[in-house]
Amino acid sequence: MATDILTVSNLSIDFDGHEVIDDLNLDVVRDSTVAVIGPNGSGKTVFFKALLGLIDYAGQVNWHKEAKIGYVPQKLSVSKDLPLTVMEFLELKEKDHHKITEVLRLVGFKNKAEHIHHDVRVLKTRLGSLSGGELQRIMMAYALLGDPNVLLLDEPTAGVDISGEETFYELFAKLKKDKDLTIIFISHDLEVVNKYADKIIKLTHDH
Amino acid sequence: MITNLIILLLVGSLVGAASGYLGSFMVVKRMSLVGDALSHVALPGMAIAMMLSVSPMLGAFTALTIAIVGIWYLAEHSEIYPEALVGVFFTASLAIGLLITPEPELFEALFGNIETITISDGIAILVASVLIFVLTRIISKRLLLGIVSEDLAKAGSVNTSKINLIYLFLVGLVVALGVKFVGTLLTGALVIIPAVTAKNIAKSIKWFQIYSIIFGVLSVVMGILISRLISIPSGPSIVLVSIFFFLGSYFVKIAK
Repeated sequence: MATDILTVSNLSIDFDGHEVIDDLNLDVVRDSTVAVIGPNGSGKTVFFKALLGLIDYAGQVNWHKEAKIGYVPQKLSVSKDLPLTVMEFLELKEKDHHKITEVLRLVGFKNKAEHIHHDVRVLKTRLGSLSGGELQRIMMAYALLGDPNVLLLDEPTAGVDISGEETFYELFAKLKKDKDLTIIFISHDLEVVNKYADKIIKLTHDH
Repeated sequence: MITNLIILLLVGSLVGAASGYLGSFMVVKRMSLVGDALSHVALPGMAIAMMLSVSPMLGAFTALTIAIVGIWYLAEHSEIYPEALVGVFFTASLAIGLLITPEPELFEALFGNIETITISDGIAILVASVLIFVLTRIISKRLLLGIVSEDLAKAGSVNTSKINLIYLFLVGLVVALGVKFVGTLLTGALVIIPAVTAKNIAKSIKWFQIYSIIFGVLSVVMGILISRLISIPSGPSIVLVSIFFFLGSYFVKIAK
């Protein structure tokens, strides 16, 4: 029997004085893929933050005790001023350079695989100087470093070009084939949602 | 009193190194001004300590700890950083400090006097510096992750609130260490300027921290030597040396 990796019951979230989510109930089956859709301002990101325990909410969010979550936030703004290199950022989570190289290949630095060792351009670049797409890939790599069995992806392909977008979703499909992996992702792209999601959660304005 | 110049320079180096290391986080946390204003809180603490005949450094540290818990509380409980409030509060404590510090000690408290550093001050500085380096090293990854993204840190089960409090406590400690060398008006500068200097030339966090420590040490050592050589107070001398390095790093940066 399939087990639930996440159970949400009677979830209500007040954000800046108005109720964004009202009495939401949800079961997520382990190893499934769930898409969260809805117009801007319908509370998708806020919903994620509640799942991660980053904000206050009413109701219950229960993760299975074996859940190991990797989180890719929506377009992070990192100051150009911060002298933190990509390598140093990834080292905040993983000491083993082989593992770092491995996930960098996974998230699409593949074509330049040799370069990761020799021409270390990406690794020595400041995190804040990366393009939007590159930063998104690095955040994806960061999430994968913890060897998670749940991925929470907040518009993972925002800012990534079309070929990169395909790489991303192919990557998810491949990762799922290889291991037990539950994916919950926010997206505006209905084509992607219909292609990959087993379950779709639609958040609306009207409550 | 420590009269041996070599020992004085060694103790000063510890203060410079600890200030530089902690300052590197302060600058990228965008708390430079808080670091500077914070040092003014030390004055009333020192004044009260002098009245009670206990170590001024201890008085400074006590006052700083109270202020830090206040800053931490405000930062945790409001959306925007309460910079204006912090400015008002710290200026007020400086004004009160000026009124209650006994006249003969006022100049010394404001600008530092290395002639009055005792052996026990030296030992306290040694112990505190080691504590600062060890604790900062332990929390540094979590601190950095919180600087990149508070959400990412919390999602990785980092208690950012606790980490920030430990960090601010260490800043209070380092500012207290600096008061005898550079005085309460300028000790914030010792935390901020070497770090800003390092940021101008560093290409990675590792070198940012190393440069910051080096500039902290060089500023204190050269500042003390110059103050001895031409008989000026150590505080302004140390701060001006650090600003000299800052200007140098700025030209290196714009020349690139």
